[in-house]
Amino acid sequence: MAAPSISTGGTASTTAEQTLQGLRRRADVKGRLFQYSLLGSLLVSLLVLVILISQVVIDGWPVLSTRLGDFLTTGLGSQPEISGIAQGLRGTFYLCLIVALVAFPLGIAAAIYLEEYAPKNHLTNFIDVNIRNLAGVPSVVYGILGLVIFVRGIEIGPVTVGIRSITGGSTPLAAGLTLSALVLPVVIITTAEALRSVPQALKEGGYGVGATKWEVIKDHMLPYAAPGILTGTLLSIARAAGEAAPLILVGTVTGFITQVPAWWDGTQVRETYTAMPIIITRWAGRPEEGFKVDGAAAAIVILIVFVVLLNSVAILLRNRFEKRREG
Amino acid sequence: MTMVNEWDISELAGNPRRRARERLIGRIAFGAALVSILVSVLIVLSLVFEAVVFMIDVDWGNTWGQLGWFPRRDLFDLPTIIVATLWVTVIAMAVAGPLGLAAAVYLSEYANPRVRRILKPILEVLAGIPSVVLGYFALRFIAPNIVGNLFDGAAPANILAAGIGVGLLTIPLVASISEDALNAVPRALREASAGLGARKMATTIRVVLPAALSGLTAAFIVAVSRAIGETMVVFIAGGAADSALRSFNPLDPGMTMTAAMASVASGTDNVAGQGPTFQSLFFVGLLLFVITLFLNLVADRFVRRFRQEY
Repeated sequence: MAAPSISTGGTASTTAEQTLQGLRRRADVKGRLFQYSLLGSLLVSLLVLVILISQVVIDGWPVLSTRLGDFLTTGLGSQPEISGIAQGLRGTFYLCLIVALVAFPLGIAAAIYLEEYAPKNHLTNFIDVNIRNLAGVPSVVYGILGLVIFVRGIEIGPVTVGIRSITGGSTPLAAGLTLSALVLPVVIITTAEALRSVPQALKEGGYGVGATKWEVIKDHMLPYAAPGILTGTLLSIARAAGEAAPLILVGTVTGFITQVPAWWDGTQVRETYTAMPIIITRWAGRPEEGFKVDGAAAAIVILIVFVVLLNSVAILLRNRFEKRREG
Repeated sequence: MTMVNEWDISELAGNPRRRARERLIGRIAFGAALVSILVSVLIVLSLVFEAVVFMIDVDWGNTWGQLGWFPRRDLFDLPTIIVATLWVTVIAMAVAGPLGLAAAVYLSEYANPRVRRILKPILEVLAGIPSVVLGYFALRFIAPNIVGNLFDGAAPANILAAGIGVGLLTIPLVASISEDALNAVPRALREASAGLGARKMATTIRVVLPAALSGLTAAFIVAVSRAIGETMVVFIAGGAADSALRSFNPLDPGMTMTAAMASVASGTDNVAGQGPTFQSLFFVGLLLFVITLFLNLVADRFVRRFRQEY
């Protein structure tokens, strides 16, 4: 039986047919168009990515294909054909290391406090609002913080606020601390989210057998939240590696560095330095094609490989994590 | 047989060393949380002092109606950098607003979980691209191939190209906050609408989007704040190296507030560390900080509202 049995014949049947026709779903052309235009907008982002990546690979190809090894291991020079990015790689590595050593412990501890220890009062609320606002402060403003507090110091009456005596001025240490301040709110927010996702039953199980608060956090919550925390920290490292604006303000230099110090020479955290994003910025502004196009693009390819690698690991981790939750 | 358990209440408190450790860890965690407040205080401190010096020392006649922004010649024409900032923001939002929102609607309302798992990482990878890279891209590709082809007489590096670059950078931000807002809309609303015979498109446009309005507003405001604060794209692709002529045309080179800061800092004035040129850095920084703080607080309001609604 195809249609409801209203058909009796004659004129009545035609009206019934018409009614049924009206009820039958017409092809939803507008809806389809709407859906495809939404999908199209999303694919614009993919197109941008594809064009962007092919552009930098094509621009950087003369360098990447002929002298990749030299490019990675030699230092900056005045001639584009023989210039490399060794100091930049080294500087960025040190900056990421300092961020990992400073921002991660601080951020994770702060998140633990906010999620587990903090009483519900005005101070806690203030800290919470403050962190969310810090996350929205432009990175260039963090550069000012670094310039004043970590690089120069500021005299307020008889007191000098700042740690120039420790950082030694425009050094990787000062820049690393600046970037640590920059990613701190992100680390706190993502860690707090990961901790919040720990099931209540898991915590109560710990308390039930007599564990203290710290023991529950250490043995029950952190292992469960670890992938989520790791995702957040990896994304922060990627962000720190790609940031240029705060580094410009804290005096990361290019062009004046000639020697390539050994990678393991730790005293270099208090010397002049440069970093990948700064090299790219400066080269992109040079008049010589060899710097402006080939060199800058090759350096971008190296930076993107590093950043995208970190991002992909973070995304994969999170996806596996979510699946485990669902399963 | 009257064995009375002679328990002292203090024994229930457990090992004193264990308790001491608990207290210590609580304090360390509290200290770490306070660092975030310290950072805020230090940011304000480092901005305010030199900014005040600038405001006292500067000839205010030089901050309006001048040739342009020439900090090394004591010409601080504020409209030059403010209008450029506004242009970049408007252009960026014209790109990121529709594209980001559409992406969020597709991911939240149309894509099935499998498609979503494939498409979502596109936005995440885009979000991870460093801004210097977008700056290079805006200068090398967007300015000649898009802006140059569409508009005659555009400068080789211009504010429009930089604005588009900033827009591309903000798409993932708009998309991710919007998607959260759309996901927060209860399923029941969609089902009620479908039950009344509305099609998917009508449900999406007439029911889901209005219901998510406060969250979508928040996404938009956060993106505006981000676009105002974006530095490197404009610094690289804006076409103004260390000064900018006054021009309100987005096809000309220009300098935003952030680019003005970066260009002062990358000059030798940073080393000298005095004079109005150097202090303009702090004045502009304070201005930027106040504007973005205001926008973030407003956005926070809206986010709280949609959290409360559902």
